[in-house]
Amino acid sequence: MIELKNVSRHFGNTIAVDGVNLTIETGEVCVLVGSSGCGKSTTLRMINRLLPYSAGEILVDGEDITTMNPEQLRLNMGYVIQGTGLFPHWTVARNIAMVPTLLNWPRERINARVDELMTLLDLDPSAHANKYPQQLSGGQAQRVGVARALAADPNILLMDEPFGALDAITRENLQLEMLRIQKQVRKTTVFVTHDIDEALKLATRIAVMDQGRIIQHDTPENILRHPASDFVENLIGKQDRGLKLMSLRPVRDLMANHTEPRQSEPGEHVLREEDSVRLALSVMLWQDLRQVAVFNAQEQETGVITRERIIQEGV
Amino acid sequence: MRVWLPATLLASLLLALSAGMPVLEPLFNWVQPGKQQVIYERESFLFLLQNHLMLVVVSAAVGTLVAVAGGIFVTRPFGRDFLPLVGQVASIGQTFPPVAVLALAVPVLGFGEAPILLALVLYGLLPILRNTLAGLEGIDPSVREAALGMGMSPVLVLVRVELPLAGRVILAGIRTSVTINIATAAIGSTIGARTLGDPVIAGLVNGNTAYVLQGAILIGLLALTTDSLFEALERSWDRRLQSVGV
Ligand SMILES: Nc1ncnc2c1ncn2[C@@H]1O[C@H](COP(=O)(O)OP(=O)(O)OP(=O)(O)O)[C@@H](O)[C@H]1O
Ligand SMILES: [Mg+2]
Repeated sequence: MIELKNVSRHFGNTIAVDGVNLTIETGEVCVLVGSSGCGKSTTLRMINRLLPYSAGEILVDGEDITTMNPEQLRLNMGYVIQGTGLFPHWTVARNIAMVPTLLNWPRERINARVDELMTLLDLDPSAHANKYPQQLSGGQAQRVGVARALAADPNILLMDEPFGALDAITRENLQLEMLRIQKQVRKTTVFVTHDIDEALKLATRIAVMDQGRIIQHDTPENILRHPASDFVENLIGKQDRGLKLMSLRPVRDLMANHTEPRQSEPGEHVLREEDSVRLALSVMLWQDLRQVAVFNAQEQETGVITRERIIQEGV
Repeated sequence: MRVWLPATLLASLLLALSAGMPVLEPLFNWVQPGKQQVIYERESFLFLLQNHLMLVVVSAAVGTLVAVAGGIFVTRPFGRDFLPLVGQVASIGQTFPPVAVLALAVPVLGFGEAPILLALVLYGLLPILRNTLAGLEGIDPSVREAALGMGMSPVLVLVRVELPLAGRVILAGIRTSVTINIATAAIGSTIGARTLGDPVIAGLVNGNTAYVLQGAILIGLLALTTDSLFEALERSWDRRLQSVGV
């Protein structure tokens, strides 16, 4: 658990972070959103003590971070930096192995871990392990950055626009990977972005920041339903809210279950229980259907979802 | 190993000439007719080469140590205040001619090896200092932030990240420094240091072109050898880091 209590940070006369109160529960993904220069990176850097704060206090698992050894604190916090920050003179494998090496893991364990992480992030070890960062594409470099942060299995992850400056498809893939990883290994995560859709997709709770203050800290659904101010309302896109809410809801919520799962032939583009209601509606509109069958992970048809139900209760 | 070949060849030539200059006596007789003695014999060339080299190596070692330490100091949080001053000294200092440094050192240290060593250290320090600053300041700040942010101690960041990344640029600074100092050391002969400049001075004083040539050839060869040695060093450095753009 990370607690920020009345934390402020000044740079000369500019107030970068202004009396922030924020609690991030263990295993939660807290996404900081806000426009450029509102203090997101500064907040993150204070949590791992790269920046001292001017006022307030920060506690990690109840302990004041200023009383801890900074290196020990950071070794337990994976850090994905805005703009990757990979070591240009080290290979991909050595970059990823950085923290385990600092922790003096035995060689074989490090090698196994590097392989495991590269596979997890969809980077072929045999093709990429011995490359240098300059030889990677932007998306691959960001994945290496994420792998490096995960390497020693830290309890806390700080991610500063880890998927920034990527094309939409790579970004989407990395977001899905992140959700998948998060499902396997629950890490207390602080994730910075200025993309509200990314925030809605990944967050357990979103903290909206503006000019160094936290304007609203709530679940994606509540942020969409009850934006605290005009600023938040503009950020989430007033008119688009209906569809955004639909994309938060899984099909499972609105489907009519069959009494027992049926064996049937799922087509190529099947709808799954965990897909969003928005996707279901889109499929129906495009294929001009009144209802579609829903499948579970074992390729069994478990129910159907209808257009009426979505229109009536989708939001 | 191919990269080391030119340096090895030049070094062999330098040693061979230093040891076997008398073999070329007919040649120098032709260059300088009408002199009894055309081969400089007051000191052996090998001794002069050794002494010359010693001056350059010692000054380069001390200069590198001081310059790199200074460069590191002013780029740390606690030394940042001195960065502008040191940066300026490093650039402006090089416009100061080495002879002037020598002239200023003699009244303080007298004649002999000491003043030339001081001049070489002071003068050779500047290009190394300038390159150390350029190398360290040229590192992408996000790399340093990542290293610190993931739990490296500041000392480890310096040793494992900053110095390796700046190393290539620092090496180039040492190369410039050593090349300049090989020439500057020769001037030391005017104030009583034993260097390869001795035959040149003696030749100029006695009007013996052969002496001048012998000194000049050896100094030139020494400079070439050292330069190709650094060339080879830089190449193998680049190769080790493959296509790394540092
Ligand atoms: N080292 C620094 N020195 C002076 N001012 C700084 C420094 N770091 C940040 N600031 C200022 O603090 C404010 C917040 O910066 P911060 O980097 O936290 O913004 P951000 O929300 O991460 O923005 P972005 O989305 O562009 O990354 C900005 O006004 C910035 O100019
Ligand atoms: Mg930022």
